[in-house]
Amino acid sequence: MTLATRNAHDENRSHRFSVALEPWLYLSPALLIITSVLIVPLIIGISYSFRKFSAFRSEYVGLEQYRTMLTDDVLHGAIINTLWWTGGSLFFQFFLGLGLALLLNRPFHGRKLVQGLVFLPWAVPTFLTGLTWTWLFNPVIGPLPHIFYAIGLQAEPVTILANPETAMWGPIIANIWFGIPFFAITLLAARKSIPSELYEAASIDGASAWQQFTKVTLPFLAPTIAITVMLRTVWIATFADLIYVMTAGGPAGSTNTIATYIYVSAFKALDKGYASAVAVLLLALLIVYALIVIQMRRALMKDK
Amino acid sequence: MQNALYTIGLYGAVFLYLAFALMPIYWTIKISVTPENLLYSEGIRLWPSRATLANYASVLRATDFPRYFTNSMIISITTALIVTAVASLAGYALSRFEFHGKTWVSLVLLLTQTFPLVMVIPPIFRIMSQLGLTDNLYGLIIIYTAFNIAFATFLMQSFFDGVPRDLEEAAMIDGCTRVMALRRIILPLTLPGMGATVAFVFTAAWSELLFALMLINSDSQKTFSVGLLTFIGKFAVDWGQMMAASVMALIPVCIFFLFLQRYLVTGLTAGAVKG
Repeated sequence: MTLATRNAHDENRSHRFSVALEPWLYLSPALLIITSVLIVPLIIGISYSFRKFSAFRSEYVGLEQYRTMLTDDVLHGAIINTLWWTGGSLFFQFFLGLGLALLLNRPFHGRKLVQGLVFLPWAVPTFLTGLTWTWLFNPVIGPLPHIFYAIGLQAEPVTILANPETAMWGPIIANIWFGIPFFAITLLAARKSIPSELYEAASIDGASAWQQFTKVTLPFLAPTIAITVMLRTVWIATFADLIYVMTAGGPAGSTNTIATYIYVSAFKALDKGYASAVAVLLLALLIVYALIVIQMRRALMKDK
Repeated sequence: MQNALYTIGLYGAVFLYLAFALMPIYWTIKISVTPENLLYSEGIRLWPSRATLANYASVLRATDFPRYFTNSMIISITTALIVTAVASLAGYALSRFEFHGKTWVSLVLLLTQTFPLVMVIPPIFRIMSQLGLTDNLYGLIIIYTAFNIAFATFLMQSFFDGVPRDLEEAAMIDGCTRVMALRRIILPLTLPGMGATVAFVFTAAWSELLFALMLINSDSQKTFSVGLLTFIGKFAVDWGQMMAASVMALIPVCIFFLFLQRYLVTGLTAGAVKG
């Protein structure tokens, strides 16, 4: 090998090395922060699930707390409630958010002002969202029971939060209100980055508004939709604040979700160990869900 | 005729969204100006027969709210800027590079979004107190940054994904370096996305309650959300003052959103592809 080709070979190798390193360079600040502030504490938290905590000490109990979960009826009810809570909130948040994003993409008078105003709920602290909606549902000081009564949704103007049959709708409605802007903003931003030529070309080809939506808008929004729906599902499923502020899991456990159950176990019953074990269960369920969505997204991207 | 129907439908839909979004906020404002003795007797009136600003005056004069307000501002702005910078880098790497371990990185990021916060409160509290980061704003900035990075990275990644690779490659064939292509092509096109990311992180940090409550003890370091809690006494809530304080807290977010809108609305993509 001559010196020249060897130099070239070396250069090529160091070039390849730096190419392999480049993405890690960009990722390193994010990974560093996440590892030290979240992953390490998470592992410590998981280790708590194998320990029984009493007032001053803790002892290793192995899988005992996981066995307890199998026969825990309150937990089983909470799993069903979590599905309702997550599914109900997500469905309305997504479709109303998508509708709002497409609406805000059309020209109309006062659009800028409207956009600023309809996004406001996202900025309202959760804690306050919960209290405000509790008031709105209150028949003495809030308007909603009287409206529901007037349009025939309720037989008498009482708070829906006190009835186990309807209580879950309280936090779900508050959550929909709070979450619509999330989908609207992300989907609107994604919609804005679709080149307008595509629509011009489509309308020259004689595509109807519905065809433009299904053939141009939806495929371009799909990656953003997959990511936002996945993250939102996870957030809603682990989101306890709103329910806690509004109903604290009641009445009669009808709004108790896995997340609120963890809160109650950790803070009220001070059972850090069992709370951690339930949290591990929730974590496992969500990871399975996320893996499925990631696979679906990958298949979707390949098609394109 | 069809046009008229379209216009009616459009404005009808806009009205419904506005009404749903604003009604609870309107109610908060209404309660904040309702004198305490009318709170229950005029509970369902649209506007109290006698409005007062007394609740606002007492919040400004007699409470530490201006202080909480400043603290929340510092935390939220700092967190939003750090997160957006870090997440843009990470999102770019995930969008534009194929490399070993990419799936694992996505998975780790996802993991941080999935576990209930309650699970990490005891360990984080212990670590933070060993580092002397409890009871000060830096501790909260670090935690909020960590909690928001994953979401912001996914968001930025999808915005980068939305920019056709051809644009970048064409620029690089024309002699641009990757950094130049990034600055001239990618950044202007993803600016709306970055704006949205800043807005999200800001509001998330602004509203957080749980960790602020756990880590902050002294009055001088309290954030707005913790401050609100101080209005809840053991037996009664001072609703008027609490709502007045909340309305004031909505003002910066309001301004922030109106400012950010520019980035969301400007059709940068269309301009860049045409020009």
